[in-house]
Amino acid sequence: RKNCPGTTSEQAGKSSSCAGCPNQKICASGATKAPDPAIAEIGEKLSTVKHKILVLSGKGGVGKSTFSAHLAHTLASDSTKEVALLDVDICGPSIPRIMGLEGEQVHQSGSGWSPVYVDDNLAVMSIGFLLSSPDDAVIWRGPKKNGMIKQFLRDVDWGDLDYLIVDTPPGTSDEHLSIVQYLSSTHVDGAVIITTPQEVSLQDVRKEIRFCQKVKLPIIGVVENMSGFVCPSCKNTSQIFPPTSGGAERMCADLDLPLLGKVPLDPRIARSCDEGKSFINEVPDSPAAKVYQSIVQSIQDYCSNRVTEEQSTS
Amino acid sequence: MAVIGILDVDLCGPSIPRMLSIGRPDVHQCDSGWVPVYTDAAKTLALMSIGFLLEDPDEAVVWRGPKKTAMIGQFVSDVAWGELDVLLVDTPPGTSDEHLAVLENLKKHSRVDGAILVTTPQAVSTGDVRREITFCKKTGIRILGIVENMSGFVCPHCSECSNIFSKGGGEELAKLTGSIFLGAVPLDPLLSTSIEEGKDFIQSFPDSATFSAISSISQTLLESLQTA
Repeated sequence: RKNCPGTTSEQAGKSSSCAGCPNQKICASGATKAPDPAIAEIGEKLSTVKHKILVLSGKGGVGKSTFSAHLAHTLASDSTKEVALLDVDICGPSIPRIMGLEGEQVHQSGSGWSPVYVDDNLAVMSIGFLLSSPDDAVIWRGPKKNGMIKQFLRDVDWGDLDYLIVDTPPGTSDEHLSIVQYLSSTHVDGAVIITTPQEVSLQDVRKEIRFCQKVKLPIIGVVENMSGFVCPSCKNTSQIFPPTSGGAERMCADLDLPLLGKVPLDPRIARSCDEGKSFINEVPDSPAAKVYQSIVQSIQDYCSNRVTEEQSTS
Repeated sequence: MAVIGILDVDLCGPSIPRMLSIGRPDVHQCDSGWVPVYTDAAKTLALMSIGFLLEDPDEAVVWRGPKKTAMIGQFVSDVAWGELDVLLVDTPPGTSDEHLAVLENLKKHSRVDGAILVTTPQAVSTGDVRREITFCKKTGIRILGIVENMSGFVCPHCSECSNIFSKGGGEELAKLTGSIFLGAVPLDPLLSTSIEEGKDFIQSFPDSATFSAISSISQTLLESLQTA
């Protein structure tokens, strides 16, 4: 509805544009402004999760899920850490395949839904596990997607975790607002933003950065994926996705954000993802794997520094 | 000369204006609605995108489904496209509000000839496109065909072909689902650069393999639309 003041605003149900809207009575009654009780429940449930990291991008196809999966694998390579990966890309859930968990199903117990375990210390949840066929489409509008995300946060039995990583779809819409809203009574360490070098990607990534600023989500840093390709035959580098406006490097300098790393294109990355394996395990000495390792280290440092700061101020 | 319209319903990430080097013109109203933005003096290519309605290009469109649905409704009903040979609708990834909104609104005004599905070769991508195919079947949209993008990279230095995002997944998907395989488009830094700078790749690089791939896909599509 044009000029809708918003269901949670002071003017909800009362402004002149509300006249004739079927929801006018509900908004005017104040029911839409009451906080969702799930937010407090989720705050309680996730109190045993030490660090929460969101992986975001403005643009599709830049390698968010690939990154999220490898962040999870690398953090979990320390067997003393408990790691979980939550996939909230409701329409395009890629995480099950990338983590080698295609065809797995979720089980319910008294304490909620059990996530699917890759290893003893690495758990995964995705709507992919709730679909019975690889052809099933999730044709849901915003409100239904939001409900699913709420369930993932409130009803999954995550247990005690060192890290909860949340992989998101591209954009700045329902999924992103919901994740931030439902996590609002917990502490989120921050967001890692993924881009590719070209301006067409950066243009959308800047919007994502604005979104983070709007919802007061700290930005851990930016990862530039698909950053150059070294031909395996002649060893020359080609910029397949050219950084015509200076790439993530210039954008980060302009916006005063950390550039966590530049990951080169490597055909073995796509192959590992298709096969459900960790690229970092498969080809640990490759240039791309080394960059990934360094990025993960920076993220870990950021998370532990936050804890140190909190301890010193309390 | 054919007159084409492009409707960009990727509200969160509107890329088409930049790719066509349109910048941020004002959108005007006329008696029959909003005037689309033309890329050329001859008015053969018209575009509407939320990119034109944002004051600040870095401004995020942080809207939930209902607001996106309403905007798309306006784009379909209130833009004075005039006589068009083809209206192309570019969508964001997914099977959600934007896709339902654009279909519902288009169907009110005219028939929807069909959908082109774009994938990259690897299984992670075709895995999602299978779901998009189901979306089309459930909403009664004819699948005009599948395009496999980013299909191989020929090194400009030594001509070695590297399958950076694997190969053949699009063609396999077409076979698996009984859809037409329209063709494969290779990774091409010249295409990426042209898109970045809003240049017409087709005019600049008519001899490239990429041009002939895109040309052949367009040809097949036009023939398919005519026989429908």
